[in-house]
Amino acid sequence: MSYKLQFAELLPYWNVLLYGLVFTIVLTIVSTVVGIAVGTAGAAARTFGPGWLGRIVAVYVELIRNTPFIVQLFFIFFGLPALGLKLSETTAAFLAMVINLGAYSTEIIRAGIEAVPKGHIEAGLSLAMSKWEVLRHIVLNQAFRKIYPALSSQIIIVMLGSAVVSQISAEDLTYAANYIASRNFRNFEVYLLVALAYLLLAMLTRSLLRALGRVIFKAR
Amino acid sequence: MSLVSIRDVRKSFGPNEVLKGVSLDIAKGDVVAIIGRSGSGKSTLLRCINGLETYQSGSIVADGIEVAGANTNLRELRRHVGMVFQQFNLFPHLTAAENVMLAPTVVNKVSKAEARATAAEVLAKVGLSEKMDAYPSELSGGQQQRVAIARSLAMRPKVLLCDEITSALDPELVNEVLRVVEQLAREGMTLILVTHEMRFARDVGTKLVFMHHGKVHEEGVPKEVFAAPRTPELQQFVGQVG
Ligand SMILES: Nc1ncnc2c1ncn2[C@@H]1O[C@H](COP(=O)(O)OP(=O)(O)OP(=O)(O)O)[C@@H](O)[C@H]1O
Ligand SMILES: [Mg+2]
Repeated sequence: MSYKLQFAELLPYWNVLLYGLVFTIVLTIVSTVVGIAVGTAGAAARTFGPGWLGRIVAVYVELIRNTPFIVQLFFIFFGLPALGLKLSETTAAFLAMVINLGAYSTEIIRAGIEAVPKGHIEAGLSLAMSKWEVLRHIVLNQAFRKIYPALSSQIIIVMLGSAVVSQISAEDLTYAANYIASRNFRNFEVYLLVALAYLLLAMLTRSLLRALGRVIFKAR
Repeated sequence: MSLVSIRDVRKSFGPNEVLKGVSLDIAKGDVVAIIGRSGSGKSTLLRCINGLETYQSGSIVADGIEVAGANTNLRELRRHVGMVFQQFNLFPHLTAAENVMLAPTVVNKVSKAEARATAAEVLAKVGLSEKMDAYPSELSGGQQQRVAIARSLAMRPKVLLCDEITSALDPELVNEVLRVVEQLAREGMTLILVTHEMRFARDVGTKLVFMHHGKVHEEGVPKEVFAAPRTPELQQFVGQVG
């Protein structure tokens, strides 16, 4: 145990690290927002939509939940060009993240919708509201309130999992670490620092989401 | 002409025939009390009237709209046929006033201000002016049920269906809800009530319907029917609950 830490050797690369950090944050925010929108639509289709649409969504969800994220990412980035769809690293990374979180949040939100008492839906219908009005004004609010903690955890899982996009050279935080380590060989310092960055990011996201939840669901 | 006309309605859940040819005529201003044993089809009949359940044959016409018609607009039907449930079913994320305002703003597209004025009026009618901004979790069962009644009234229904609306309440809260219903009856609201409150059925009802095994087994003027039930099944039923 005589290794001497040399964090100073990372200093010249501060801009690379910062770029990676921002990339990871933006990737997480965008895929969270779009992914949850996809998940809400998917859950609505499975519970309130026509049967055929629900089955299509079910296939999508099972496909994503039962394959590794890295394979989904590679399929989009390396596989799709065979069909003539050539995406940049960044676009592929965002798309893969959205598709992945979309599937998981579909399942989570669906569970929330199904936990809303049937009587509330019937009460809404009896007040002459349409199915979609009932969903929007009565069901979704209650469903999100119920599944907010589960959804928050999933967002953090996805944020940490996003490190995988470095494998297609999307320039996230992990990519920055790989880049620096391959140049100054300070593997220990680089990965320690980046691990700490992820840790902080995760803890920060958790408290932010908790605060956000308190604001959104303050009633009652 | 009757406001609600039910003709030989049959309804099955799978192989289980629950309504075996029910016919009833309900005129404007009628207060119909439906009684009968558990499983006799009372709730199912009520739910068929506002289209929450479908039926296999026969016909129900409510306020001139054929409930199971090919082109029936259930939304239009339900604007005139309100329903109150045993379990209140208030929306927990909305205050009493917001519960009442929701359908008028969403369905009838009235302004928030107008909806709030209506909410104030109907909540006053059920004696809850002070609770407009309370959440359901802050209200007693009796108060919640009165909000639920107000919520239906805000749509100005021509008929109100009530399915055992006091059955989930503590005994000491039953009367405050029944008083509201009685008040509505006095004002001429057409009511169809499934109830276990025999005294209420006798005193407030204008028509009594005894359901047995999916059929209207006996019907008539409540006071007369209770005084002299003709069928042995009703005699036995009245003997048990009365
Ligand atoms: N959704 C359903 N699926 C299958 N069977 C049902 C369903 N709803 C009701 N039934 C059956 O239909 C019959 C009549 O039920 P219904 O709820 O109309 O009775 P009820 O007279 O209202 O009884 P209670 O006094 O217990 O409320 C019962 O045998 C019940 O099991
Ligand atoms: Mg019932």
